[in-house]
Amino acid sequence: MIHRFRRIRDFDWPLLGMVLLMSVISVLEIYSATMHTRFVGFDHKQVLWIVAGLGAMFFVSVVDYHWLLDSIHWFYGVALLSLAAVLVAGQRIMGAKRWIRLPGGIHFQPSEWVKIVLILAMARYIAGLSGREMTWKDVFKAILLIAAPMVMVLKQPDMGTALTYSPILFAGLFLGGIGWKKGLILTVVSVSLVAGIWRSGKILKPYQKARLTSFMNPGADPRGSGYQILQSKIAVGDGGVFGRGTTKGSQTQGDFLPIPYTDFIFAAFAEEHGFVGCIFVLLLYFLILMRLIHNAQIASDLPGTLVVMGVVATLTFEIAVNVGMVVGLMPVTGIPLPLMSYGGSSVLFTFLALGMVMNVRMSRFVN
Amino acid sequence: MALLREEKLPSIRLTISQIVIAVILLVLTFGLWRLQIVGAQNYHAMAEANRIRKVPILAPRGEIFDRDGRLIVTNYQSVSCYLARDQKGDLKPDLPLIAKGLNMTVEQIQQIMHRYRWTPSYEPIPLQQDITPNEQQFIAAHSDELPELETIREWRRLYPRNGFLAAAIGYVGQVSNRMLNDPQFAYYQPGDVVGESGVEESYDPILRGVDGAREILVNSRGQEVGVLGTKPAKPGKNLKLTIDLDIQRAAENAMGNRDGAVIALDPHNGQILALVSRPTFDPNDFAVRISSKEWTSLVTNPDHPLLDKAIQATSAPGSTFKIIMAVAGLQTGIAQNMKVDCKGGAYFYGRWFACDVKHGWVTLKTAIPYSCDTYFYTLAQRLGIDTIAKWAHRFGIGERTGVDLPGEVAGTMPSPAWKMKTFHQPWYPGETISIGIGQGAIAVTPLQLARAIGGIASGGVLKRPHIVFRNELTPEYRKYMRAEYPGSGNKVVHFSKQTWETITNAMANVTQEPIGTAYSSRLAGIDFAGKTGTAQVISHNFGMDKLSSNMATRPNAWFVGLAPRRNPDIVVVVFWQHGGWGNDVAHIAAQVIDAYVTKQRRLDHNLLADQPAGESAKKGANETSKLDVGAIWSIPSDPRELGGKPLDPNAGKDASAAAVYAGHFLLRVPDFVRK
Repeated sequence: MIHRFRRIRDFDWPLLGMVLLMSVISVLEIYSATMHTRFVGFDHKQVLWIVAGLGAMFFVSVVDYHWLLDSIHWFYGVALLSLAAVLVAGQRIMGAKRWIRLPGGIHFQPSEWVKIVLILAMARYIAGLSGREMTWKDVFKAILLIAAPMVMVLKQPDMGTALTYSPILFAGLFLGGIGWKKGLILTVVSVSLVAGIWRSGKILKPYQKARLTSFMNPGADPRGSGYQILQSKIAVGDGGVFGRGTTKGSQTQGDFLPIPYTDFIFAAFAEEHGFVGCIFVLLLYFLILMRLIHNAQIASDLPGTLVVMGVVATLTFEIAVNVGMVVGLMPVTGIPLPLMSYGGSSVLFTFLALGMVMNVRMSRFVN
Repeated sequence: MALLREEKLPSIRLTISQIVIAVILLVLTFGLWRLQIVGAQNYHAMAEANRIRKVPILAPRGEIFDRDGRLIVTNYQSVSCYLARDQKGDLKPDLPLIAKGLNMTVEQIQQIMHRYRWTPSYEPIPLQQDITPNEQQFIAAHSDELPELETIREWRRLYPRNGFLAAAIGYVGQVSNRMLNDPQFAYYQPGDVVGESGVEESYDPILRGVDGAREILVNSRGQEVGVLGTKPAKPGKNLKLTIDLDIQRAAENAMGNRDGAVIALDPHNGQILALVSRPTFDPNDFAVRISSKEWTSLVTNPDHPLLDKAIQATSAPGSTFKIIMAVAGLQTGIAQNMKVDCKGGAYFYGRWFACDVKHGWVTLKTAIPYSCDTYFYTLAQRLGIDTIAKWAHRFGIGERTGVDLPGEVAGTMPSPAWKMKTFHQPWYPGETISIGIGQGAIAVTPLQLARAIGGIASGGVLKRPHIVFRNELTPEYRKYMRAEYPGSGNKVVHFSKQTWETITNAMANVTQEPIGTAYSSRLAGIDFAGKTGTAQVISHNFGMDKLSSNMATRPNAWFVGLAPRRNPDIVVVVFWQHGGWGNDVAHIAAQVIDAYVTKQRRLDHNLLADQPAGESAKKGANETSKLDVGAIWSIPSDPRELGGKPLDPNAGKDASAAAVYAGHFLLRVPDFVRK
């Protein structure tokens, strides 16, 4: 199961370098955003999570992903079981059951690692179609593959994480060669479905709906969900061209910005480092994503390409939704910014996903 | 592997993906550009104006009433001083003056500021609670020099004085750092007041209100520029206890200064009518702030005043356990025809087990009123420890009852299996003999004993004891309470009618026949029954060695009293720590039962409100429903003595507050009680 022919030389060192640079920025901003709150010291914890993530990444990169793909139905089953376990025996924190309490007081959020399983499962499924044009039946099977865990996560309720499963589906269908006509029909149907759910007003929780309306009209409720968006926009705008400087942002330090170390870390960063700093970070994200697509191109086989592209789709989606929320282009969904936000589950997922990419890359000369 | 490895993606779709990512990042860049380049001036101005100050409106906790609707715990308004740290750049130079005016030390202020260092600077932090009129004057006079000082009217808890009912009510205090860091209590803020013991703790979610806030917008110089909104405070819900103040008062008086506990239950439904624990403490000391010296003296006191001994002290039950022995003996068919010749003791397994006196030939009927040890030694030997333990467990000995008060302990019902598990030692036959008279490793709480003996007198129906009426609670809260305060709850133990009659008659003989050990406590005209008990305090008497201070070798005295003997309306357990062998302990229970019966008779004749008829005629219609019963609380000559703390001078405007000011309590007596 572990290949002897893999070489350390084939590891993607430039990618690792960019990821580590991003992690350093993340730790510095978490330090700055928490130093005057009761969450002081989260930067140290984040370093530990990153170290653990690196360990997981190196471990995953040496396990042959073909073995993972061959046994994916087992992982998929375990993923569904762990989501069911959360619903039955999860820890209820602030109204939502998202965590399982493990011995040693660690709170574990299964919905994050399920993403890895879904990326692999989708890659395996699409590759198994052997390149033929997808039929409607194939499309519905792909939808079901993602919808089952998605519904369970929505039940927790955790709309943000559930949404992050959707890019895996879209990437799978798009790269799996769905016809343009089917693609168009599917887009029209899903858009009208979302509109229907919104208008029926039954499926969305009131707070979810409030977040969406306040996104459209932030002035409506200055202290509720709209407050978060408004404060985020003020913080970003306050940054100007060059920013207020590390630990000098009045909105970040004055506690006006909500949770400036997780969901709104980019707003804190934007206030303290300005437009210049933000462009630098976005450019870094762009280079990382392009490097990932490069790895997808040089992958030795179709499943490898699909795995890497699944990772690309998930990261792109999370970056788009999070930064979009911070600058007021997207509603508040509670999706963390990969490689920036504080949080063990998010860090571990990102590094595991990068480990999968490394794995695919290192397999390309093996055969 | 079945997958086609050579298959490659059409590279056009990968190129499209690259373009999509580039477009997304460009859109995000546009969003940043819009805010940081185009809108920078605008947002910078908004950031400068972005100063919201929260002025808390504190919610009063729910009041606590007794079963007749008479007020036990209430709130009064006091003035507290807050520090608004964003009013001045540097507070340091002001600290000596503030400290002098508020009778604090500079170090104390610095400690408080350190504790609240993570609270946003626009939220004022509590500096000194319940300040005196002089201190208020100081703040008003220095408003120009010290704009950072603010006064806020707050609600404070007012408890009965002298520790009346203190163990059951508990006290409130500021939320601890431990709770603040627990995700379970995420809704607590630093400085919040929470129940920390007794009913205040177990019913905290009901009693606690929701604080409101007035949110004002201030500019960067701290000047108010507008009100953002006002969220009114939601007061906590009131709570009605099953406690009867008349019976509680009788129990408190009867117990006096003796160490121990009194518990009175209604066995029909498990309602706690009275609960006394001694020594007691004054919860008013906790209501505002307790000095570390007072606190240390309370927690290090070897008599443990903060312990609710009715549910947290355990001791061997002594001879009161003979009631359970008798049920086991009759139900196994051994005790009916058993006759024992008491020669002042007997030999078992080569060791002499003593009895008080030579009782001669004894049957079960006489063994209970005599409290003859020899008889129960013999019965224990013939029953065997496993049968005894089985019956004791049925009556909830060694188990939590599941009462709705925090910190109930389980006690111990020893058995060979228990001893092996706990001490890895075999059971000695001689231990069975001691268990037969309620000595040895067996340990019960007063509440446990009350439920067990009350249940036996009720024909085997044991009810979960509780201090708050169940029908006052929502079904969800009842479920929550059952999960939070587990215990054996309601139980039914089956035994024959004959057993029931024999035992209850024997218990009546304890107090009603001259041969009984508590004959001197008999009550004329009341079917008062009971059983005395004396528990030797010996080295392996679990729990007691932790409780005892002096007189550690004097035995603990018990009495279980009930009236009437069968299907009793009240069961009273008195536990007098180191009370010795005297008869006083039965007398305490007799006083409680006498108070109960007297009250029932008065109620039957509409005679509860015993005040001069002319008095009520003089007052207005709604005044008559109030009774001044300040007698429960000693009346302080100086209002400052109330809780040791000064009161708001404006409180005198209100009639009930005036009574409080004078140390009286107006007990609201609902009309249905009076007529």
